Amino acid sequence: MNRIPVRVTVNGEPTEHDVEPRLLLVHHLRETLRLTGTHVGCDTSNCGACTVLLDGEPVKSCTVLAVQADGHQVTTVEGLAAGDGRLTAVQEGFRREHGLQCGYCTPGMIMAATGLLAAEPDPPEHRIREALEGNLCRCTGYQMIVNAVRWAAAHAGETFDVATGPRQAEGAA
Amino acid sequence: MSLIGAKVLRKEDPNLVTGRGSFVDDLRPDRCLTMAFVPSTEAHARVRSVDASEAAALPGVAAVWTAADVAHLPPCPGLPGLERPLLASDVVRFVGEPVAVVVAEDRYLAADAVAAVVVDYEPLPAVVGVQAALAADAPALFPALGGNLVFEQPWESDLADVFAAAPRTASLHIVNNRCAPTPIEPNACLADWGPSGLTLWAAFQAPHHLRNKLAEFFGIAHDETRVIAPDVGGGFGAKINLVPELYLAPALSRALGRPVKYVQTRSECLQAMYHGRAQEQDVDVAFDDDGRLLGLRFMVTQDNGGYPDPGGMGLPALTTAMATGCYKVPRVAVGWRNVVTNTTPVASYRGAGRPEATFMIERVVDLVADETGLDPLEVRRRNFIQPDEFPYATSSPLAVYDSGNYPGALDELLRILDYDAVRQEQRRNLDDDTKPLIGVGFSTWVEIAGFGPPGSLEAFGHLGSWESAQIRVQPDGSAIVYTGASPHGQGTETTFAQIAADNLGIPFERISVRHGDTATVLQGIGTMGSRCTAIAGEGVRAAATTVLGRAKEIAAHLLEADPADLQAEDGAFTVRGTPARSVSWNDVAWASFRPLDLPEGMTPGSLETSVFQQVANFSFPSGAYACVVEVDRHTGRVGVRGFYLVDDCGTVINPLLAEGQVQGGIAQGIAQALFEEVSYDPQGALLTSTLMDYLVPAAPDLPGFVSSRICTPTPNSVLGAKGIGESGSIGSPPAVVNAVVDALAHLGVRHVDMPVTPQKVWRLLEGAR
Ligand code: FES
Ligand code: FES
Repeated sequence: MNRIPVRVTVNGEPTEHDVEPRLLLVHHLRETLRLTGTHVGCDTSNCGACTVLLDGEPVKSCTVLAVQADGHQVTTVEGLAAGDGRLTAVQEGFRREHGLQCGYCTPGMIMAATGLLAAEPDPPEHRIREALEGNLCRCTGYQMIVNAVRWAAAHAGETFDVATGPRQAEGAA
Repeated sequence: MSLIGAKVLRKEDPNLVTGRGSFVDDLRPDRCLTMAFVPSTEAHARVRSVDASEAAALPGVAAVWTAADVAHLPPCPGLPGLERPLLASDVVRFVGEPVAVVVAEDRYLAADAVAAVVVDYEPLPAVVGVQAALAADAPALFPALGGNLVFEQPWESDLADVFAAAPRTASLHIVNNRCAPTPIEPNACLADWGPSGLTLWAAFQAPHHLRNKLAEFFGIAHDETRVIAPDVGGGFGAKINLVPELYLAPALSRALGRPVKYVQTRSECLQAMYHGRAQEQDVDVAFDDDGRLLGLRFMVTQDNGGYPDPGGMGLPALTTAMATGCYKVPRVAVGWRNVVTNTTPVASYRGAGRPEATFMIERVVDLVADETGLDPLEVRRRNFIQPDEFPYATSSPLAVYDSGNYPGALDELLRILDYDAVRQEQRRNLDDDTKPLIGVGFSTWVEIAGFGPPGSLEAFGHLGSWESAQIRVQPDGSAIVYTGASPHGQGTETTFAQIAADNLGIPFERISVRHGDTATVLQGIGTMGSRCTAIAGEGVRAAATTVLGRAKEIAAHLLEADPADLQAEDGAFTVRGTPARSVSWNDVAWASFRPLDLPEGMTPGSLETSVFQQVANFSFPSGAYACVVEVDRHTGRVGVRGFYLVDDCGTVINPLLAEGQVQGGIAQGIAQALFEEVSYDPQGALLTSTLMDYLVPAAPDLPGFVSSRICTPTPNSVLGAKGIGESGSIGSPPAVVNAVVDALAHLGVRHVDMPVTPQKVWRLLEGAR
């Protein structure tokens, strides 16, 4: 099959590859660029595990062809933490509020929540639930994901150390 | 400060929130090939021919195998004569059953090859549902079986005396809907068979079990068979089934001399990952005018799908064991049947046989309330096993309840739920057409967990029911805990580090927990049956206690003190009452490897030990749940307005993680009650093969949770933990359905089968108009 050159800026780094026209963006990220934080959970664009930011907007990268991303900016979960490895408030919120269990849906959830908070810095619970409607989680029941996003809204702009000590959750005795 | 009971944040999270997790599909060894199945499009058919010639000739295709190519290999483990073949040979028995397998350079080329395989089917009449399968003239899936009934356990007695003498009786037919477990990561595995043996990475809940089965299957030794469960994206009981890909990927890797990876698509997952529930129940209850239960008689009919899976065969045994719930029922008659149908095989799904039991008894209790005009809570209270009656031997030999406080859980539920206010609103709304109908439903449930007593897992093909724990203190005083449990979201690295930290006196952040690799973890059984904390966690506690005892001897030697006078805390050993006399854990650990620093007779390397933890009895977590629903009078839509829950899982290691388990389980229970059902047309075509048709709830579909907890520790262990992983999915469905029936009770509605869709409710509303 003939190949087409694709130039995408991913997490701030320019990339250039020749790809098949049918290659999905999610597979371009995972297989060509080996950024495996973005996951695949379905084949009908229902689960949101593949959510990334395309020019700052959350999109399901399984519904975008790699060639369609030519000339655009993509941010994946690997691109959130700053160069010093510190976590964003959304990443830290998921940790603090136990917004993840198996972690398979988590990168997509984090990217969708990051997109939401960029557009709406202080969303109420029902808005968070609506905004995450396209992202399925089978483990948590969503309440703790909602709590995580609200935690992130309250700590916007802060960054956090990834150390794994026995830090108590918010509000713990 | 003890870490048991502390809301410690998870060790697992930093990798998972930064995209540094490592799931099977993230792995890609050099020269890795992709495997894909050609699934049957027919539910029941003779396979006349499979033409793979065009597919095999496509660019990038390494192999196409049909049944003939695997004829030298055994089938998947199963019931003698009814085993599932790796690839269907003469007959296909469900839609999605693999007929051929292709291997290609990447997933796109593999998909091209799958599309190019031509299968010629001769359709046979299909049976869908247990009623059709048991009909006298039903086509048989396995002619040798002479029908579709695989096993029947009849009643020992029909309790005719009890039912004849009872003041009142009632009956119910219940269909417990077929569900698809649907972890967001589907099945996945990656085999690499080289000169030094086989390595299989698999999204699996029991890697040692799989290692044992693979070695047996291929006739190779355990020591050259390595199974690794890396990060696993949820399992819910569905990732312990011995499905064909787990054998085919290794077989193809051996034949082709290259790594072979298989990752199920979601559509394949919905049709081929084993389903759960799919049970029908005919139940009769005898009771008196005061709502006291006198007798329960029921027949469970389990749909086992196209091939009877050994785990799936055992589901009715668990249902019947727990069928009387937390009530005293003087006389019980249980029977069950296992039936094959032209559908996806059925096996364990979070709860595995117990949600079916809970749903039945909790519906029955509400039915008794309805018949007697008593409040459903009053009927429950009159029949509860009382807190001073433990251990309580039920009518089932499997179920000797260890501990509990059922009235106490209900009292606590009524503290967090304003029951009177809900009833008042219900009455107000009833006469106001502009308002939705309100219903409140309860479930006071008990389940069987902590699968650890000898024999409990052997019956399902496991090596044992113990779980291994090993602790190895490192020379610098940090420690590694190895566990045979194999978590896939439970947070075991965190809870086990908490247990070890508490019992060793080594700080939590200096403890790592390793799991899921048969080459590093000495032996293991796996994570299922709510056994991880109850069994494996107890093993960690026991191992830590042994290691601490030895460390104290070394510390006492270094301090010239009596070991009995030492306490270990915050990384140091201190002589009680003399805080100045202290030696750090690090120094003790270092000394443990230096013979010259050791007490006489002690050998180096003593600060490690392993335990094969067993327990004498199951544990029986319990709780009280309430669901408040509103029913739209015009559309029939049911909205969950609030869910109130009180759990008793004994000792809680980490309340944050326990709460996560409960909420996730309840989400699946609400989903079963309101949204999810795998459906087939009468010819066996699967109608729910994508997430557009199979309704996994999203955030707006589910409520918030109001939760509380009581604690009756299990006497089975020192730790006292009972298991929490399945409670939510076991306890919640009847609370939801009882609430809907309550909302519609004024229309004469007595029962609704799950899922309670808007269409079903609308029909009931219309029927009453
Ligand atoms: S993989 Fe993209 S929505 Fe499911
Ligand atoms: S954390 Fe497992 S799917 Fe969301």
